[in-house]
Amino acid sequence: MTIVPDERNAPAILSALQPEPSLEPSSGPSTVLLPIPMPARLGPPKMPLATPFGTAFGAVYRGQLARSKVGRIPLLFVASFQSIGILVLLRGILDVDNSIAAGQVVAGSTVLVVAFVALNLLAQRFGALRAAGALDYYLTLPIPPVAVVLGTAASYATFAAPGTVITAVVGVLLYNLPITGLWLLLPVVVLSGVCLAGLGAVVGLMAPRPELATIAGQLGMSIVLFLGVIPADRLPEIGRVARDVLPSSYAVDALAAAFQPGVDWSKVVLDLAVCAAVGIAALTVAAVTLRRVGTA
Amino acid sequence: MGDVLSYAVRGLTRRHGVGEHSVLANDRIDLDIRQGEVFGVLGPNGAGKTTLVRQLMGLLRPDSGSIMMFGRDVRAAPDLPARLTGYLGQDDLALAELPVATAVATTARMRGVSRAAVREVRDAILDELGLTAVADRPLARLSGGQRRLACVATALVGDRPVLVLDEPTTGLDPAARRAVWGALQHRRDTTGTTVVLITHNVLEAESVLDRVAVLDSGRVIACDTPGQLKASVSGGVRLDLAWRHEPPFDDPTVAMLAGIATTNGRRWTVRLDPATAREALGRLTTGAALAALDDFSLATPSLEDVYLTLGGASRDLERT
Repeated sequence: MTIVPDERNAPAILSALQPEPSLEPSSGPSTVLLPIPMPARLGPPKMPLATPFGTAFGAVYRGQLARSKVGRIPLLFVASFQSIGILVLLRGILDVDNSIAAGQVVAGSTVLVVAFVALNLLAQRFGALRAAGALDYYLTLPIPPVAVVLGTAASYATFAAPGTVITAVVGVLLYNLPITGLWLLLPVVVLSGVCLAGLGAVVGLMAPRPELATIAGQLGMSIVLFLGVIPADRLPEIGRVARDVLPSSYAVDALAAAFQPGVDWSKVVLDLAVCAAVGIAALTVAAVTLRRVGTA
Repeated sequence: MGDVLSYAVRGLTRRHGVGEHSVLANDRIDLDIRQGEVFGVLGPNGAGKTTLVRQLMGLLRPDSGSIMMFGRDVRAAPDLPARLTGYLGQDDLALAELPVATAVATTARMRGVSRAAVREVRDAILDELGLTAVADRPLARLSGGQRRLACVATALVGDRPVLVLDEPTTGLDPAARRAVWGALQHRRDTTGTTVVLITHNVLEAESVLDRVAVLDSGRVIACDTPGQLKASVSGGVRLDLAWRHEPPFDDPTVAMLAGIATTNGRRWTVRLDPATAREALGRLTTGAALAALDDFSLATPSLEDVYLTLGGASRDLERT
């Protein structure tokens, strides 16, 4: 009850001041339990099932794909121009007749496109989600955390995949390499993508501050660039060791083999198997990290 | 009815930080939240409300204590909250760039709504909350209230048996707020959905909650129906006075009230028993003091009064 006092209306005010039942505090029943209207049949609810990986992956992917569609197109250009620039640059330095070195440069530049997206952008994204406390959204849905990492990675990859094809084709033409082995691009991009996306997600999730996630992602991409593009036999000993440790090197080697006249398929399969194994391990670590940093 | 507990919380304790700067955010909290009730957690900022619900969702591990959902220990089955509960957190960066319809539809899919049903489910909730007109716009380009409302839609979609909502109506206009309250009560009434709702809004607490736990400095200082809680406040009423200019302190009634009022500029709040309040107001409005009085109101105790009477320290509860 609110009355604006005005001397002209004093009688009205006074009549409003008569004791009213509403002025008394409400007196309810003494028991704590109030009858709550709800269906009489109520029992323990049916336990909703966890959402299967495929459905969750599809939903994360679709959601991420819908994010600022326009902003993602320049990504494709940045990712491919960077790699094509390196191809053109090295074309002026490298002996074109050395098909092994040429194959490696082309393969390295192609995998760099994957690294740009998977390591750099994914680390940034997960770093930002962690910093904002926005991982809660995913962690409170009945979905496997791996679906979040892979779905997000796949949405970025959708924009980057054409870049890998363009880079590889431009490289093959620039360095006069056989185009027949180019189909190998598909498993190489998928497996190195899974591998580096897992690592990128781990880096982003582990970083205590989003700026550190960005720096670490870019550093990782630079390492992939140097160790992937520079032919292995021209690296110093420590570089060769680092190259063997870096999982993307195996993707580079598998793709580089496809540009040679006589492909050693057993080696290619082995390289891809290493990529797949590291990929699975990286994703597992990423999924565990997602849950761990989100549920402190 | 009432036998099934959606949540049984015992001795829940959680400390933030370490050493001398650590804060006891939740201090031995015991709660029983029954199936099919709209249960509120009311308290000022920093009372430990968010810490409590994040533990209910498995997003924070308790230092000690236990949480049972429908009779099952959450520690033994950490996926229980995510499967049973629709959750609304405070941050929405994960959804900010998504169009509203996509955010709702993809969340529905992640809660297992079939591909065939998702469009219908999505359109129904957008319509229910009045979001159809902005369905194609990204959340980040909406007003603060609409953005929050879109997040509420993602929490409600997929029909979970429990909803845990951290300040769902913050920033909403009154119409949208009523739409959310209606949506929650509809689910409670038709499917027995349990709603756990954090609020620091007294009006919200009194309008929609079946029961409310009042939190202060990490402790539950009261837990009952809003009516019972208000009845427990020693039968007092609140007299609010606003003075046009300097109050006439030579008036004995004004002098008496000045001694016991909480003042905020020229606004006075006095807690009195109903008879004294009526008598004081009667004297004020018939005497010379009336000329100095700009506005006054006499009200039954609100949950804010309950909070203050129980020893709540902060005063940043919202009343509107």
